[in-house]
Amino acid sequence: MFQGLRSSRLLLAVVLALAIVTGCATPQSQPTDTAPSAADLDAMTPSSGSEISTKPLEVEPLSPLDDPSSPLYRKVVYFDYDTAEIQPQYLDLLRVHANYLYRTPGTAVTLQGHTDERGTRGYNLALSDSRAGAVKRFMTAEGVPADKLTTLGYGEERPADPGHNQQSWALNRRVELVY
Amino acid sequence: MTTHSQLHKPLLVLLISLMGAALLSVVLFSPRAHAKLTIEITGGVEGAQPIAVVPFGDVDGARPSVDVASVIAADLARSGRFAPMSRREMLVTPHRQEEIDFREWQLLSVNSLLVGEVVKNPVGGYMLRYQLFDAFSGKQLLSNSVPSTEKGLRHAAHRIADAVYEQLTGEPGMFATRIAYVTASGRGPKSRVALRVSDADGFNPQTIVDSADPIMAPAWSPDGRKLAYVSFENRKSAIYIQELASGRRERVASYDGINGSPAFSPDGSRLAMTLSKGGNPDVYVLDLGTRQLVQVTDHYAIDTEPAFSPDGSQLLFTSNRGGKPQIYRVSAAGGPAQRVTFEGDYNAAASYAPDGRSLVMVTRDGGGFRIVLTDERGGKRRYLSNGNLDESPGFAPNGSMIIYATQNNGRGVLAAKPIGGGASQRLSQDSGEVREPAWSPLLR
Repeated sequence: MFQGLRSSRLLLAVVLALAIVTGCATPQSQPTDTAPSAADLDAMTPSSGSEISTKPLEVEPLSPLDDPSSPLYRKVVYFDYDTAEIQPQYLDLLRVHANYLYRTPGTAVTLQGHTDERGTRGYNLALSDSRAGAVKRFMTAEGVPADKLTTLGYGEERPADPGHNQQSWALNRRVELVY
Repeated sequence: MTTHSQLHKPLLVLLISLMGAALLSVVLFSPRAHAKLTIEITGGVEGAQPIAVVPFGDVDGARPSVDVASVIAADLARSGRFAPMSRREMLVTPHRQEEIDFREWQLLSVNSLLVGEVVKNPVGGYMLRYQLFDAFSGKQLLSNSVPSTEKGLRHAAHRIADAVYEQLTGEPGMFATRIAYVTASGRGPKSRVALRVSDADGFNPQTIVDSADPIMAPAWSPDGRKLAYVSFENRKSAIYIQELASGRRERVASYDGINGSPAFSPDGSRLAMTLSKGGNPDVYVLDLGTRQLVQVTDHYAIDTEPAFSPDGSQLLFTSNRGGKPQIYRVSAAGGPAQRVTFEGDYNAAASYAPDGRSLVMVTRDGGGFRIVLTDERGGKRRYLSNGNLDESPGFAPNGSMIIYATQNNGRGVLAAKPIGGGASQRLSQDSGEVREPAWSPLLR
């Protein structure tokens, strides 16, 4: 019984692995509106008298959210002390994200609000919620459907930097866009 | 508070909450031992009454595991009202009235004298017999016997300290009470947050919830049997009420947005809280019997940190509707709010003294956040702490002391302080942070 289960799991794994390998090897999804290069032709031409064949490696395109050269790579906006007002220097960043969310089906983001450790935990929880709410209002005004935006206030409970100084506090007063 | 689940299917509920706990990486405990809180006394004892707490006698080889007199003396010292005499200065150690020569104690300038003995109880455990005297007149002020199990010896000693305190000050003691607090250790994926309950002197700490996600704002039910708190398990905030004896708990608020700052009404029938389901943080009151939720404040600014008045009719809360956080007061049924604090640009987390005549809150003074005592109208401010990041203040149930969170060398610790002046105590753990203390009500 267990043996049978294990071997059927193994079989499933092999089938999946094959599917992935063949999937990767299928060149059909490659864009075809550019002429193949000499090197491509070289690779695709079966070399006479040899058993060796080569195939192009298809690379999964890097999500712009994970691409350091994309403006979407930055996902944190910072706030002044005891305010939920979005600083003007972060409006462009939020617009880029709003545009991405608006245009990309299946995307959604959680806006996680945080504060620094100064002041009371209860007030900070509320302040972090107001910060996340301010970002949500801005992005809805930019056209992002509200159901793509969730807010979560963490108060001062999740500092980005554990220090007890101005520099740490500045890094902790933030809203993180978590996709 | 009653729920149909508690009435009908306690075992099933327990199983479900245990399963839920496993899934959510939150672990609930029936009381269980854990890392001890260490108490250090800081500051002087001027103005404290001298008292001699003589080591208790040990009758018929009772050999109790606890030095009862030292627990009583430590309690009395922590109150700031008493300066128990050092044992080294005691020339004799009487255990009963007939062994006392009051002239010896008058020479040592003690006002009061407590003697006692531990006797084996024929039905098991011990009897603690004690007598309190006025050292000048020799008059007996108290004479009593307290039964105790081996495990209950510290608690029995706290009860004797309560009786002595009440006899000599005219106010109820609060030594046989508990404190709840939050501990945090580790960072990032390794961080653990726990809700713990210990005796008021830091002994016997027990973990009642342990989580990878933040836990906040413990609040006692007025009968001392339950704690309400905020937990962020499952990547959202929710308010739970947990019964301490069983570990069973119930989720009472998990709306969109924040679910924070729970506070029981003095009769235990209602729970005030902060919800932002309406788009911004407002104060609500949940009737725990009917489950009716009433919105108490409705303002586009932040309204949070509700605290009931001792008669249950009013709520204090923090609001930044005037631009900066200040304390306001509102009827617990809703209506217009009145501003309470006008001094300073940051006043928050206010709560009433048990007699309703004073408030304690966090205020910003210069760059630092300190604890300040005011009258019930927010005036006559008196600073009770001098840290930079002091918060979460609350009164002891007899109103004689406050407990709050502070920093010591960059680490979160608790501090307790008599309001009338005297020595402060610092409560810290061997490792990690301790924060958000909440003193239990008087336990019957």
